[in-house]
Amino acid sequence: MLETEIKITPRLVAEHGLTPDEYARILKILGREPNFTELGVFSVMWSEHCSYKSSRIHLKRLPTQAPQVLQGPGENAGVVDVGDGLAAAFKMESHNHPSYVEPFQGAATGVGGILRDVFTMGARPIAVLDSLRFGSITPQPGLAPEIVARNRRLLDGVVRGIAHYGNCFGVPTAGGEIAFEPGYSGNPLVNVLALGVAPKDKLFFAKARGAGNPVIYVGAKTGRDGIHGASLLASAEFTEESQQKRPNVQVGDPFLEKLLLEACLEAMATGAVVAIQDMGAAGLTSSSCEMASRGGLGIDIDLDRVPQRETSMTAYEMLLSESQERMLLVAERGREQEVLAVFSKWGLDAVEIGRVTGDRLMRVRHRGRIAAEIPAQPLADQAPIYDRPRAKPSRPATAAPRVPLAPPGTDLTQKFRHLLAAPAIASKRWVFEQYDHMVRTNTLAVPGAADAALVRLKGTRRALALATAGNGRWCALDPRTGAMHAVAEAARNVAAVGARPWAATNCLNFGNPEKPEVMWQFSEAVDGIAEACRALNIPITGGNVSFYNDTLGQSIDPTPILGVLGLLEDASRAVKMAFRTEGDLIILLDGRGSAASPTTVSGAANSDALLEFSSSEYARTVAGVVGGTPPAIDLAAESRLIETLVALAAQRLVSSAHDLSDGGLAVALAESVFASSAGEGGFSAEVALRSDVAAAAELALFGEAGARAIVSAPQAALAPIERLAAQWGVAAQVIGRVTRGLFQLSFDGASVLSDNPASLRAIWAGAIERAVLEGAAE
Amino acid sequence: MKFGVVVFPGSNCDHDAFHAVGTVLEKPVEFIWHQSENLAGFDAVILPGGFSYGDYLRTGAIARFSPVMRAVEKFARSGGLVLGICNGFQILCEAGLLPGALMRNTGLRFICRHVHIRVENTATPFTSEAQRSQVLRIPIAHAEGNYRCDDATLVELKRHDQIVFRYCAPDGSLDPAANPNGSLDAIAGICNRQRNVIGMMPHPERAVESELDSTDGLVVFRSLIVSLERLPAAKVS
Repeated sequence: MLETEIKITPRLVAEHGLTPDEYARILKILGREPNFTELGVFSVMWSEHCSYKSSRIHLKRLPTQAPQVLQGPGENAGVVDVGDGLAAAFKMESHNHPSYVEPFQGAATGVGGILRDVFTMGARPIAVLDSLRFGSITPQPGLAPEIVARNRRLLDGVVRGIAHYGNCFGVPTAGGEIAFEPGYSGNPLVNVLALGVAPKDKLFFAKARGAGNPVIYVGAKTGRDGIHGASLLASAEFTEESQQKRPNVQVGDPFLEKLLLEACLEAMATGAVVAIQDMGAAGLTSSSCEMASRGGLGIDIDLDRVPQRETSMTAYEMLLSESQERMLLVAERGREQEVLAVFSKWGLDAVEIGRVTGDRLMRVRHRGRIAAEIPAQPLADQAPIYDRPRAKPSRPATAAPRVPLAPPGTDLTQKFRHLLAAPAIASKRWVFEQYDHMVRTNTLAVPGAADAALVRLKGTRRALALATAGNGRWCALDPRTGAMHAVAEAARNVAAVGARPWAATNCLNFGNPEKPEVMWQFSEAVDGIAEACRALNIPITGGNVSFYNDTLGQSIDPTPILGVLGLLEDASRAVKMAFRTEGDLIILLDGRGSAASPTTVSGAANSDALLEFSSSEYARTVAGVVGGTPPAIDLAAESRLIETLVALAAQRLVSSAHDLSDGGLAVALAESVFASSAGEGGFSAEVALRSDVAAAAELALFGEAGARAIVSAPQAALAPIERLAAQWGVAAQVIGRVTRGLFQLSFDGASVLSDNPASLRAIWAGAIERAVLEGAAE
Repeated sequence: MKFGVVVFPGSNCDHDAFHAVGTVLEKPVEFIWHQSENLAGFDAVILPGGFSYGDYLRTGAIARFSPVMRAVEKFARSGGLVLGICNGFQILCEAGLLPGALMRNTGLRFICRHVHIRVENTATPFTSEAQRSQVLRIPIAHAEGNYRCDDATLVELKRHDQIVFRYCAPDGSLDPAANPNGSLDAIAGICNRQRNVIGMMPHPERAVESELDSTDGLVVFRSLIVSLERLPAAKVS
């Protein structure tokens, strides 16, 4: 039966994920019934993944304006001016469901997709970061061993997939972060951020111009892979049957993408390319109708000319295919040969498949017939917009369990060792050594050496810093505060290396938006991001929303991931986290200044400090408690700390800088110690804390309040550091020294933690590898 | 003196080698497209790292049949200096310009990290400026760097002093734990008997600037430059 003869029934409409109201809207736009192909086209374009129909009204609240913003949300990637005539294009995207169904290819194509988004803008990718979330990879009480084993396989497959794609493509995977929480067991998160650079005056956009201009298809041939990837995989909950969706996952070819990159940049340099867009989600459909819509024009393509890798493909299949490594471009009429010659040089298919028209229609021809004819702008931009019901979940966070604190004077060394072995805290070396993080020789700090990834811009003195952050555990307890912390932490990380936070992208991972509680979480998180970005003066230049992260009805912890880009004008002033000189002072910077007075220890069971401590990594790993509230956030304090860190680096006053986050002060100190033994050094730290920092030793060592960082510096720099900190209203307290002896921490004069740094390092360095290899041995 | 950096489809360290020679060492350098069959005018050729032709079938297996490799073979036979780095080393082995083969790492994973290698032979145009047993800290980035050859070949390699670099501990001792990929006899780089063709898995072009953590790779490029200054220009037919 011909596709055009398939009868459109309510059931078929429902199977395409379209509601009766949405179908009525389609009838109105077309003025007639759609045929089967057109129904498919609408279903992908109006899927949650492509249309942002549940999130749009909320995303409007994000701040997107700033003088440095050259391109805000709405293009393939956001672009900011980074000086010296250069622009940085960057964006983050999720590939969560495909990575669960098929971890290797799912993660690999996630990398491929975001790289195309960046080089489509004319920018050569210079770094990739990955923000990953998995369920537990170590045995936990009450968790079935097969779940742990599956989580390990997912971690292994995702890491291999990212490595496969990024290494072959030749972009350094220079940073990111990984966290493990039980809620991700059935729904891991794979968020990939790509950064590229281009001359500011040579950017390309996905906006068709000039009726009559040829539309050229380039790259891989179209196959039947990935059909309905966007609509069925990314825009629906997971069920028992989801594993059957493996054929919906695309297969990536990084070699082809590398050729596509080189050929696209070379073709763009000819000046004959008018517009270009990658074929990502919804493939040929979205690239053609979106380019036409943005240009206020139409597009007319002939599917018979599309390079195909399979025979007898229908129009429906070709329009919905998500075959990877393909691009659609509009060339200047009369100069198409210049473009075609470049692709031919790189051995790639490049075929004129149609032309830009003035009639504002997306017209698709197939085997001598019109397979689809849809007004381009309504298809691309008039998806329904929903203000879905929101409801605050009933569970009061204050009813959560509290961490029982150890009696004063208790030695915390064993608990600290336990914490260092937690996968969330442990070294991620096993992961990042599988990534080529140095290719292109711009990586100034290898992963784990500094708070942010740092890549230089050759030919200038500048470098760009990038960090990602997002704490799902905190967002589950309080999405607004948790989201603000995500912005603050990523910004703090960038500032710790000496870079000024310059712009941000995000990837918002949430459950099913049709659940009012999820929609409430989303709305709260967006408000939190907006408030924090305004306070820290960071524009959002784009991002991605991933809903339907539910498996068997269970939603993930709401997980907004923020990626903050920082600008460092003089790369030689970059600051890393490793302690560098014996005898250097260790200084705790606290943006809260004198306001940071500790809560009293009396009646601590009810204090805010203890509630906040109950949401810490220490509480979860060591005490087995998850509850309370995220630490209260003070955005003004974060801003003061950021200014101080940037100024300290600019004036070359500090030897090292490291922000306080997961695991608190003790873990931050240990990381600065461990980083120092990667090269020649091998330092330790001796630190004395008093109850003016926190009411109890555990709170002082492991509390995760924000707006804090540790720096180390020679004695001679102390006075200028103190002056500078005072100028910004930041407290600077000398808490210890860099040594070559034991790693020692005391509280109110009593030793509470003391161990050999090499022994501590061994626990921390090998924990993830041991967990994964244990899995392999089973 | 002119360097050439070959660009295969899928080469991705070509720009890095170009930058090391052209910007850091300030020597003339040009890219050579894989379809070129003419190396006239070049004094040294670098086969860079990457995934030539996607490394499909087997690393370097397709690249060896590319037109430029016919020219590289001629260039090498006439005494031209050829440096193969990582994928370039794999291609040289596939092309038969160097003996042996590079297999999957014993851990079966891609590894990117700084390693230590010991200079075993300073009587090559690529190591003449190094001290014997000098330890270099240089990054590796590969999944197939596990050097293998048969016993007879290993005997020959040793007899003719063709092992140029071995993986070692930071103090220069040979420690199995310091061998990242399981290479036979800890081999990190070898040369041909004539000493004008070398292949190495570590990336010297990634260790030529202090801001990138190590400048130990400079000695390879400096040796090359000194050797070219001394040698008469390679005769290329």
